[in-house]
Amino acid sequence: MNSLIPLFIILPLATAILIMLFGRLAKVLQKALPSAVLLFLTGLSFYFIISWDSGIYIYEIGGWGPIDNIPISIYFVLDGLSILMLCIINLVGFLSGFYAISYIKRYTGENKFYALFCLMIAGMNGVVLSGDIFNLYVYLEIAAISSYALVAFEVEKEKLEASYKYQVLGCLSSFFILLNIGLLYWYTKSLNIADISRIMEASANKNLIIFIQILFIAGFGLKAALIPFHAWLPDAHSSAPSPISAMLSGVLIKAIGIYLIIRLFFNMFDITYEIALLITVIGTLSMVIGVLLAIGQWDMKRLLAYHSISQMGYVIIGIGIGMLILAKGGNKSWAALSIAGGLFHMTNHAVFKGLLFLNAGAVEYTTGTRNLKELGGLSGSMPVTSSTSLSASMAISGIPPFNGFFSKLIIIIAAAKAQYFLLTFLAISVSIITLASFLKLQKKTFYGKLKNWNLNKIKEAPFTMCFSMIVLAILCIGLSLLIIPGIRENIMIHVVYTLINKSNYLLILSEL
Amino acid sequence: MTTYLLCFVLFLVGLFGVLTKRNIIKIAIGLIIMELSLFMFFALIGYVDNGIAPIIVEKTENTKFVDPLPQAIVLTAIVIGLATTAMLMAIAIRLYKKYNTFDIRKIANLKG
Repeated sequence: MNSLIPLFIILPLATAILIMLFGRLAKVLQKALPSAVLLFLTGLSFYFIISWDSGIYIYEIGGWGPIDNIPISIYFVLDGLSILMLCIINLVGFLSGFYAISYIKRYTGENKFYALFCLMIAGMNGVVLSGDIFNLYVYLEIAAISSYALVAFEVEKEKLEASYKYQVLGCLSSFFILLNIGLLYWYTKSLNIADISRIMEASANKNLIIFIQILFIAGFGLKAALIPFHAWLPDAHSSAPSPISAMLSGVLIKAIGIYLIIRLFFNMFDITYEIALLITVIGTLSMVIGVLLAIGQWDMKRLLAYHSISQMGYVIIGIGIGMLILAKGGNKSWAALSIAGGLFHMTNHAVFKGLLFLNAGAVEYTTGTRNLKELGGLSGSMPVTSSTSLSASMAISGIPPFNGFFSKLIIIIAAAKAQYFLLTFLAISVSIITLASFLKLQKKTFYGKLKNWNLNKIKEAPFTMCFSMIVLAILCIGLSLLIIPGIRENIMIHVVYTLINKSNYLLILSEL
Repeated sequence: MTTYLLCFVLFLVGLFGVLTKRNIIKIAIGLIIMELSLFMFFALIGYVDNGIAPIIVEKTENTKFVDPLPQAIVLTAIVIGLATTAMLMAIAIRLYKKYNTFDIRKIANLKG
């Protein structure tokens, strides 16, 4: 298992370079290769999750062992949270790549699209595997820079503007993160996450650590578009081509924003009450304000983008309540429940938000517009898009048999058990407003009166697009199986216990 | 200590430029200034008084070396910075071709 870890980075990187060099010569190669590679990686990550025995696996790049117990090499660390993230990234990546085969035909420069797409996947896989804080920064920049280019892929006025805005804010957040890496190296003389954690436990300069933590929240908050830092997200996510919107909203903001907040604040820093409170407040703000901003939107993709902010708020309050309980020394099992709810909602959000963006893409592909005021009555002529979109809408607004219901329920129960009744109330009411907003989306797009379209022109999307949408719609129901006791203990609980027991993560130092 | 402070002042100068300037090229220059101040910060972290380059040959047991790791980090970060700057400039040129202006007040179709 250890020797398979680097494949997650090598394969997409090699694919990107191959497509850049030979993509124009072999048109079939550039279309089939990314999907094939990503399918293989999806299979590999599911093999990991099935055969995982709750241990932590390490790969040393170049085989440099530690000297005097100080790790000098770069490590890839594979633990529960990394495996979960790898599954999400590669699955949504494969489905978006397969969807793109039909969707991206009308653009020029297809080979550049696929090359950038593979680069982005390689960067995200690197971020979730890296156990070294500077190596993590390098992969984060690979993913971010390729996403800047992909947002501007259509090269029109609005897309360029959105991409520029995204780049300026993205660069700022990268500099905050780089400054933090410098400060951490200055203070601890180490770049390995576990090693930094061990050194900071021994000698803590409290003021410096609080400064670093707040800068990290600003940096990763900008990448994850939490509410005070959200200005770029609706523009960037609605300007990108639809498969890329699905990747950005479904995966990128989690892999380089939320995942890193979770990883660093649980495994590197000690949890303090003030920071936990700050994270919970930011999460609550994004949950409430995101959904309020989404109500008035008439552009389909902008509406979905604002809902991404709101749903990320749910994930963050799940994590934040867990941190608050742990910091106050409360009941550990409620903290674990709350964190599990957050992680479960993150997994679910990748599936249903990816699906909703792919639906928006299919509607735009056939009708040429995504303005809700011009659409209507498409359910008859586009049955697959309509039904998959309905299931995703029910999942995001929390209707019982779908996965979104269970994850929201877990977060709400945990909030009530921890006696944060205001949060409980807000989480329930935001869920109701989300339902209202998606009823509007469904009614204006797929039901209601048929507008004066040329009916012969409107037909169902091509096969590859339908395939991706159907698989994701099945997953919308299928993921609720994760709540069943046997499966729950195998996956979610292990992931959470590696997170909240920091000493588990520090074990990698002794295994070297 | 003064050098560290000057470095931080340079970082703030860049941040000020990004926040107040209205010209997209000047915003990009502000970002580049921030980036360079960070590179200098990394170089300062590795600096040791009277240290020499860490090349181990004979008879160097008791000499002081500077820390080579921040230098390696800076080299990597410069390459990343090159990619970021190239991307910013490419988009800026495309924006100028579409709008015929660098003023962000006139390039404001989207309201995030």
